[in-house]
Amino acid sequence: MPSFYQLDFERPLRDLEARMATSVADATEVPALGGLTESVAGEVQYGASLEAEREKLLTELYGRLSPWDTVRVARHPDRPQTRDYIAAMCRDFCELHGDRRYGDDPAIVTGFGRIGSRKCLIVGHQKGKTTQEKIACHFGCAHPEGYRKALAKMKLAEKFGVPIVTLVDTPGAYPGIGAEQRGQAEAIAVNLREMSRLRTPIVSVVIGEGGSGGALGIAVADRVAMLRFSWYSVISPEGCAAILWKQANEQTNNAAAKALHLTAQNNLDNGLIDSIIEEPPGAAHRDTQSTARSVQAWVEDQLNDLVARPTDELIEQRYQRFRNMGSYEERVQSDMTSAGDELN
Amino acid sequence: MTKTMSNRTWAELKPSRRITIPEGLWLRCPQCAQMIYRRQMEANLHVCPECEHHFRISAAERIAQLADPGTFERLFAGLRSNDPLNFRDLKSYEDRLVSEQERTGQDDAVLAGRSFVKGRPAMLCCLDLTFMMGSMGCVVGETITRTIEQAESEKLPLIIVSCSGGARMQESGLSLMQMAKTSAALARFDDAGGLFISVLTDPTTGGVTASFAMLGDVIIAEPKALVGFAGPRVIRQTIRQDLPEGFQRSEFLQSSGIVDRVVRRHDLRSEIARLIDYAGG
Repeated sequence: MPSFYQLDFERPLRDLEARMATSVADATEVPALGGLTESVAGEVQYGASLEAEREKLLTELYGRLSPWDTVRVARHPDRPQTRDYIAAMCRDFCELHGDRRYGDDPAIVTGFGRIGSRKCLIVGHQKGKTTQEKIACHFGCAHPEGYRKALAKMKLAEKFGVPIVTLVDTPGAYPGIGAEQRGQAEAIAVNLREMSRLRTPIVSVVIGEGGSGGALGIAVADRVAMLRFSWYSVISPEGCAAILWKQANEQTNNAAAKALHLTAQNNLDNGLIDSIIEEPPGAAHRDTQSTARSVQAWVEDQLNDLVARPTDELIEQRYQRFRNMGSYEERVQSDMTSAGDELN
Repeated sequence: MTKTMSNRTWAELKPSRRITIPEGLWLRCPQCAQMIYRRQMEANLHVCPECEHHFRISAAERIAQLADPGTFERLFAGLRSNDPLNFRDLKSYEDRLVSEQERTGQDDAVLAGRSFVKGRPAMLCCLDLTFMMGSMGCVVGETITRTIEQAESEKLPLIIVSCSGGARMQESGLSLMQMAKTSAALARFDDAGGLFISVLTDPTTGGVTASFAMLGDVIIAEPKALVGFAGPRVIRQTIRQDLPEGFQRSEFLQSSGIVDRVVRRHDLRSEIARLIDYAGG
């Protein structure tokens, strides 16, 4: 697959693909009159073995990705985005625009759609594919109107008892003058509060980048999954490196990505997500259709389970899910006086 | 409603060391550049007597200013971070915690408890800027959540005074989830009809602003406090232009419709008491 965006850990793969290209070129030079000659058969066999080798190499390379490499895969420009998943998973998508207050943020897509046989409301970050679309979407960084649009449509889903599916893919909420002026923090905070008590099932999939509050703003759900090569953390590795390591470069980004425990496996181990959805060999950008099928299967499974539950139980479990997150130690307080003494 | 009164006095609540302000008998006000007498500034609630610059204060100092003398009864004091991710940057998180704990005498960046404000019982929770920039990790998130739950079960008004650099990076995703946790607890408090007064002080940014701090039934801010989602430096880098004068300050937020009232520190107690009378009765 030719792409301007090249991941350096894929170098062995590119060498192999170059060899495959030459072998195909050699094979076509031999005139194939009256069936396959010895040498052509040999080339075909060689080609097949190269193909197998490529498959193996892909699995191997992607099996031992460092956290920082995972972040770079999650940002691959060919990686499927919300609209790709909608096209692959939904029949009859009916997009709904705007927050009815300020505007329509293209960085968050919302609308009704059918996943399998089930009616759903889809909410997802969109980064954009073409340069023009990327600029319009601010590279997936949503404004307050985006979060407010998401909430308005989710309330609509709640009213009509439609389950909600959110797809998370953002470097973070947009940091800008207008965003601050219109209450970026308030918009996200209100989403966190309201999603925790929406009386309809919510499932979330981190499909690419799960950047901090901007991601969480549509990810307070009953079930949360991450694609194998996505990341989810309180800050981007570069942001963390710039603050704690005083500079962001290849080395510190690597260290920060590792320290932040941002991979799907880390988040599963820490109890922040419920499942990991596997990607095809060589990650989602090599096969959108099969990735979408995996996401769809997970979503359908979870919704089948969730819609069968009484709403009060659902809300209680969602509350407890987040209530129990966190890790700390607690010393037994002997009495109030001793605890109060710590103030001095 | 009977409240057990702590036998501690107002003076006792004052912190032994005030690390936010440089030592010395005199200091220069960062806003008006006047030399001011420290004792006078402290007696003036840590506000510059010349220009009304509000100095940053610790949680203990804040409680001493807001709670009626001797009434603050601390709750949830036994929580301590266990460094869940074994985080290490140039220095390990564990070392940072220990040195912050030694320096401040606090376990983490929050103090919470029952108290009276001008005779009105309330749950009071203050973030502490002197401890790792008041950042919210699991201990802060858990303490705030418990305070909210306690206020709900005792049917008390809830006051949270925020000052924070945001979510604590060293606890990564776990810190992030404290935003959802505290906000979900506030949803229940809201359903139960509780009054939540959120007080924003300099600075309140990041994950703290984007969760409980912006969810107050009434949101009050101290004058000229920096309040925002992204920090000014990040915004400047992103948009590559200078930020307008007073951007992200309390007065700007009030005129943008995000903050209900800008209130001077001297008026904070009476304003809170007044709001409790209007909404919390």
